[in-house]
Amino acid sequence: MEPFQNFSGIVAPLDRANIDTDAIIPKQFLKSIKRSGFGPYLFDEWRYLDHGEPDMDCSQRPLNSEFILNDPRFSAAQILLARENFGCGSSREHAPWALADFGFRVILAPSFADIFFNNCFKNGILPIQLEGALIGVLFEKASGIAPLRISVDLPAQLLTLDDGNQIPFTVDVGSKQRLIEGLDDIGLTLQQADAIREYEARRRIEAPWVFV
Amino acid sequence: MGSKTLYDKLWDAHVVRVDETGTALLYIDRQLIHEVTSPQAFEGLRLAGRQPWRTSANLAVPDHNVPTAQSERASGIADPVARIQVAALGTNCASFGITEFAMGDVRQGIVHVIGPEQGFTLPGSTIVCGDSHTSTHGAFGALAFGIGTSEVEHVLATQCLIQRPSKTMLISVDGELGAGVTAKDIVLAIIGAIGTAGGTGYVIEFGGTAIQALSIEGRMTVCNMTIEAGARAGLIAVDEKTIDYMRGRPLAPTGELFEQAAASWRTLVSDAGATFDRVVHLDAASIAPQVTWGTSPEMVLPIDGQVPDPAAEADPVKAAGIRNALNYMGLTAGQPLAEIAVDKVFIGSCTNSRIEDLRAAAAVAAGRKVSKNIKLALVVPGSGLVKAQAEAEGLDQIFTAAGFEWREPGCSMCLAMNADRLEAGERCASTSNRNFEGRQGQGGRTHLVSPAMAVAAAVTGHFVDVRAL
Repeated sequence: MEPFQNFSGIVAPLDRANIDTDAIIPKQFLKSIKRSGFGPYLFDEWRYLDHGEPDMDCSQRPLNSEFILNDPRFSAAQILLARENFGCGSSREHAPWALADFGFRVILAPSFADIFFNNCFKNGILPIQLEGALIGVLFEKASGIAPLRISVDLPAQLLTLDDGNQIPFTVDVGSKQRLIEGLDDIGLTLQQADAIREYEARRRIEAPWVFV
Repeated sequence: MGSKTLYDKLWDAHVVRVDETGTALLYIDRQLIHEVTSPQAFEGLRLAGRQPWRTSANLAVPDHNVPTAQSERASGIADPVARIQVAALGTNCASFGITEFAMGDVRQGIVHVIGPEQGFTLPGSTIVCGDSHTSTHGAFGALAFGIGTSEVEHVLATQCLIQRPSKTMLISVDGELGAGVTAKDIVLAIIGAIGTAGGTGYVIEFGGTAIQALSIEGRMTVCNMTIEAGARAGLIAVDEKTIDYMRGRPLAPTGELFEQAAASWRTLVSDAGATFDRVVHLDAASIAPQVTWGTSPEMVLPIDGQVPDPAAEADPVKAAGIRNALNYMGLTAGQPLAEIAVDKVFIGSCTNSRIEDLRAAAAVAAGRKVSKNIKLALVVPGSGLVKAQAEAEGLDQIFTAAGFEWREPGCSMCLAMNADRLEAGERCASTSNRNFEGRQGQGGRTHLVSPAMAVAAAVTGHFVDVRAL
């Protein structure tokens, strides 16, 4: 995984609660055995007027002009602003793959579904939970004629709006470290191989039926 | 030592180590694997030159993409992309030495049906799968939750996951369920009560006399939909029903080892005096058959209810959610649920495709006919073994005589990755778990119900209280 660098990006406001991972990336694209190339199909059913299928050339497809990501102001957005319970439903990691492939690196919402939240960190996306009223204010600012730009400083855990206002945020220490250093979780866990073997040896005595 | 919840006991028994930040390395006893969320994990292993940590901890089965029509089973999967994905599972399992129940094996079926059926799911174990409905296995007093593909690879390579402890919630459902009211109605009523994000950050233990009275299959239905309330895992305490269910399962321990295991499993209950971060009470007797009307499982009402009015909702975000849902679902505020006509009926999915579900559905279908306005009524058993059992009991005959199609096992129209799907605008009475936009096909309209309620809708052509049939 690439290390997470501080950046300044445009905010795309997606004003809807309970956005599920089926909406983020519909099922037909899950047939791919690859990990990349999902960006063009992000929010496929909302973004295009026709029915999408894998390997379609999306540059030729009719766009839904009412969908926020089709607004030219947000075509290069790197920060997604959303409502409650973002990423609920299916555990498909194709959802953060599609978001990352589109270019999103930060998601701001009042709450996230647990599995999606976890999956983001594995793919270089920083999900930030902010208080509902604050999210409401950001929706107002991001929906103006000029798009809202926010600078993200992960080590300092600080968002800076283009009007100078600053918003601190919280993030789990371990997840933060892994994002900043772009660490390979598996490699880290395998450094604990002896502890895992010791655990297994103990467990084989306490619960031998698990190992038959 | 203070009193422990069931979750505390499962967590404590699986912690390998905890770091200074409180993050734990949690040992995973079992992993279930299917074709959709595993290919990139196997590829990751291969690229890093890694091998599975404990091969026998894994069991694989294709289910999401597999055809349910016998003809397509015989001729091979028509969709070339799906065919490649199912074949990739076979190749990956063969090259890493993982057991797979491939298409054509009678043991093939939906991953959350076959795990318990085979005794791969063990009480007291930690179980993961790259599928959110892994919560199903919590019905056995196992800590079971869905994970993403990166974590599938992590478990393959290390047999562990990096986790932080969850908060605990007890949902106690007490009293007696009315006739015609099922486990599905209980869990839909719970989601209606706490909301689709009500369980976020929690592991939910379901307790109370109404949960104790459920069969193991009913308990699986309740735990299955825990994720629809936002909680990654649901739990139900072990009792003698759990032990009896496990006895004789192909992959369960046998003989003296079984008795030793059973003695340990009987301790898998929350201690008297254990405290939970949140407690919710529901009265079983007040639960009526449920029908969802919107595009989130929390948008649910009893069958005698009416489609809600967004104008009556004070919260503007929620009101917008209701308006979006009514627009997508083609419904108007105030419309009685029992007047909504249905186009297709789907009985199946990891929520409701076990033998008891099929028996309950067949009991309503017997001697009745699918209504003329129904374009398609599907019964998709959860596994080849469920199908064989149903056929031995003559249930398939009841379904086909009534006008249902009797299919091969798989996820089918729950998520419509195969050929079974809704067309735009079609309305479905479905025993599955998600009524999201496009879930059963782009533009399709899903209403979640119990198997008995799905058959009632099939034979009358619209939603109806099965108790009044």
